[in-house]
Amino acid sequence: MGMALKTVKDIGIALILVLILAALPAVLSALGREILLTTILPYIALALFLAGFLWRILLWAKSPVPFRIPATCGQEKSLPWIKTNPVENPAGSMGVILRMFLEIFFFRSLFRNTKMEMNSQRPVYGSTQWLWFFGLLFHWSLLVVILRHLRFFTEPVLQGIEGLAALDGFFALAIPTIYLSDLALIAAVTFLLARRLAVAPLRYICLVQDYFALLLIAAIAGTGLWTRHIQPVDIVAVKAMVMGWLSFSPVAPQGISTVFMIHLFFVFFLLAWFPHSKLMHAPGIFLSPTRNLANNNRMARHINPWDYPVEVHTYAQYEDEFRDKMKAAGLPVEKE
Amino acid sequence: MSSASKLNPDDLISINYRPPETSWPSTPVDFRPGTWSYSGAAKNLSYLGLPNPRAWQPSDQDWKLPENWQDIILTGMKDRLDKYRSFRLFMDICVRCGACADKCHFYMGSGDPKNMPVLRGELLRSVYRRYFTTAGKLFGKLVGARDLTEDVLKEWFYYFHQCTECRRCSVFCPYGIDQAEITMLGRELLNLVGCNINWVIEPAANCFRTGNHLGIQPGGIKDMLEFIADDIEDRTGVRVNVPLNKKGADILFVAPSGDFFADPGTYTCMGYMMLFHEIGLNYTFSTYASEGGNFGLFTSHEMVKRLNAKIYAEAKRLGVKWIIGGECGHMWRVINQYMDTMNGPADFLSEPVSPVTGTRFENARATKMVHIAEFTADLIKQGKIRLDPRRNDHLRVTFHDSCNPARAMGLLEEPRYIINNVCNNFQEMAEDTIREKTLCCGAGAGLGNEENFEMRMRGGMPRAMAVKKVVESHGVNRLACICAIDRATLTSLMDFWVPQVKVMGVHELLANALIMTGEKERTTDLRGESLSI
Repeated sequence: MGMALKTVKDIGIALILVLILAALPAVLSALGREILLTTILPYIALALFLAGFLWRILLWAKSPVPFRIPATCGQEKSLPWIKTNPVENPAGSMGVILRMFLEIFFFRSLFRNTKMEMNSQRPVYGSTQWLWFFGLLFHWSLLVVILRHLRFFTEPVLQGIEGLAALDGFFALAIPTIYLSDLALIAAVTFLLARRLAVAPLRYICLVQDYFALLLIAAIAGTGLWTRHIQPVDIVAVKAMVMGWLSFSPVAPQGISTVFMIHLFFVFFLLAWFPHSKLMHAPGIFLSPTRNLANNNRMARHINPWDYPVEVHTYAQYEDEFRDKMKAAGLPVEKE
Repeated sequence: MSSASKLNPDDLISINYRPPETSWPSTPVDFRPGTWSYSGAAKNLSYLGLPNPRAWQPSDQDWKLPENWQDIILTGMKDRLDKYRSFRLFMDICVRCGACADKCHFYMGSGDPKNMPVLRGELLRSVYRRYFTTAGKLFGKLVGARDLTEDVLKEWFYYFHQCTECRRCSVFCPYGIDQAEITMLGRELLNLVGCNINWVIEPAANCFRTGNHLGIQPGGIKDMLEFIADDIEDRTGVRVNVPLNKKGADILFVAPSGDFFADPGTYTCMGYMMLFHEIGLNYTFSTYASEGGNFGLFTSHEMVKRLNAKIYAEAKRLGVKWIIGGECGHMWRVINQYMDTMNGPADFLSEPVSPVTGTRFENARATKMVHIAEFTADLIKQGKIRLDPRRNDHLRVTFHDSCNPARAMGLLEEPRYIINNVCNNFQEMAEDTIREKTLCCGAGAGLGNEENFEMRMRGGMPRAMAVKKVVESHGVNRLACICAIDRATLTSLMDFWVPQVKVMGVHELLANALIMTGEKERTTDLRGESLSI
């Protein structure tokens, strides 16, 4: 199959999957069976998420780190008068914490990104921060969106959350106010998807699930915006539903639109799928041995828990083979 | 095969970065001459007790794999997934963002998309998905899972030997996914069914038997070092000792054997010996531990441990206090990241303290092994050696950071401090091509053989072009480095891409400038080339 066709097919499959996911709650809604979605499914989705997430983390944790293999990106700690880079090449845990902090909150390594281009038959390396910028925008805006949704989960709404929402809607662009994080999220998802389609080598490595993850998140954002701006959902009813989940006495909400049901189902699916997807990079980064270890192997011993004795060639074996030659060359020997 | 003669730089530089029209799983590997290495010879596998020794070549249709080879590989994968968190994590968390893609010198030089680290990783990841994840078992191809077939194995062999384990991709990866780690484990798996290359396995077998990659026997090492001492006397008028297997020495010195064996490494070796002589160091070479390099690193973790054991064993037998290691790249990855864990604890040695300056090398207090650049930088800083940098005025020098000291250690400033003190014309290459972003020589990790010449020149192209830039802008004529493999492979690389540039070790540069007690007036450098400009 040609590459162009394959890309169309892959993204087509991803799109169809999203549409199928949308169709399920729509059908339930049409049949008047939303109650399944709002009463049982939240628990199933959460259970699948927690169990899958924990299982995966435990699986990772079960495999030991036999060797200390940090990728060093700066000067090591050596002679006292040589300026070290304690963050990019940490010699202790403080440095590691700082390195991880920068990595997790600011995508330090991605910030280094360069773009190689051939210019008069020579590679030149331009700095390119687009992926870093939109990647960061995507993750931060997603975080803000998720935090804002916490207002459905507590009564009264946590103060920090109210403040965050107020800040997020600072420009009061419309009624109801358009949140900046929503715009940012849409912009970032669009960029990330367009990038996957526009850059030929990237298109070449994309799998169905790469398109699917972005499309699903875009669909969640889209349906969410719809229920806020186009066909506003009854916030009180939604909150009652969520509080019902939390008190283990789920109630079937009244007068909730089909689009909202789709929004909800997308989120449930995302939760259930998360532990089996590449989205596990989120907890994974914390465990990455090239980033979360100090480069102090020559200072402090690292133990390999499964270390085992290996066959070596001893000096005695060496001398036995070469004794005569060593003597002839005037080299000292252990046994005459 | 003399693929070298047919190739010319103008052809190689026209690189097509457009991916093929066929998707990668349905694009079979093409064993084109010049882009792969000959198989490991049966005698070498047998000597090391490795499985499936036989006569075969990668270009053969039939690789003579054991009947149950799939079981062996899959069991081996399971075993390693349970033993290495890195492996499981790197199989699970890649999002295919592609930030690593144009960081790989093999991709830059070949345009082959399977040389993008992300895709080289997918070669293994697709099999992982198929056999070790629920989604892969259920949905197969749809989620990028593949059956383990002979074609897949051949693809692994080809592309895991088009990765020099340089870790440049890992620097740029937002999760630190390290293709070097994936390649190392991939090569381990290949080794389980006897698929390896001779340029790795023969040095490993030699090293196991004779203590060094080149298979030099004890008398040969003595002759070579004596010969180097003769050359030193010829250039400087000073006769230096050749301490060998000497009990009661303070320090065991372990260098890569390439430095005894051939130019331009021998000039670096002259540098070590002149320096140690001048400061009156009570040290010894060893014929048994006559190699710091470790081709086990390109074979398996177990082989790393088997080959590296001799260094501590010899230090113990000779009763030295601590160890200095010479200029070598992957040797220092092993010493910095694996040695203490694998072969330690070195509790029979004492904490390294320079007998000349009294400096305590605290960063080596557990492993008790100090890099010679650290040792020498300290000597210069404390003013313990006399230097005349004008003796390097005929050279315009740039410095190539070797991958492993840069990205698996962080030895960046020490060599620069030495260079800046021993020569007057030092010019850095472009920032994106040095330090932690350094570009590989294109032939590390056992790929520096003749039959792989085209791929070496492609992989080394980005480094060569960075050199070319400073040749044109600053008249650079010397490429300094701290790696024996570099000294061999960069030499071919320069001959091909930038013929006016020669390659040298940092300690050769130092020794040119080193004022020795009782020396005659120096009219030439260590190479016998005139000092006049």
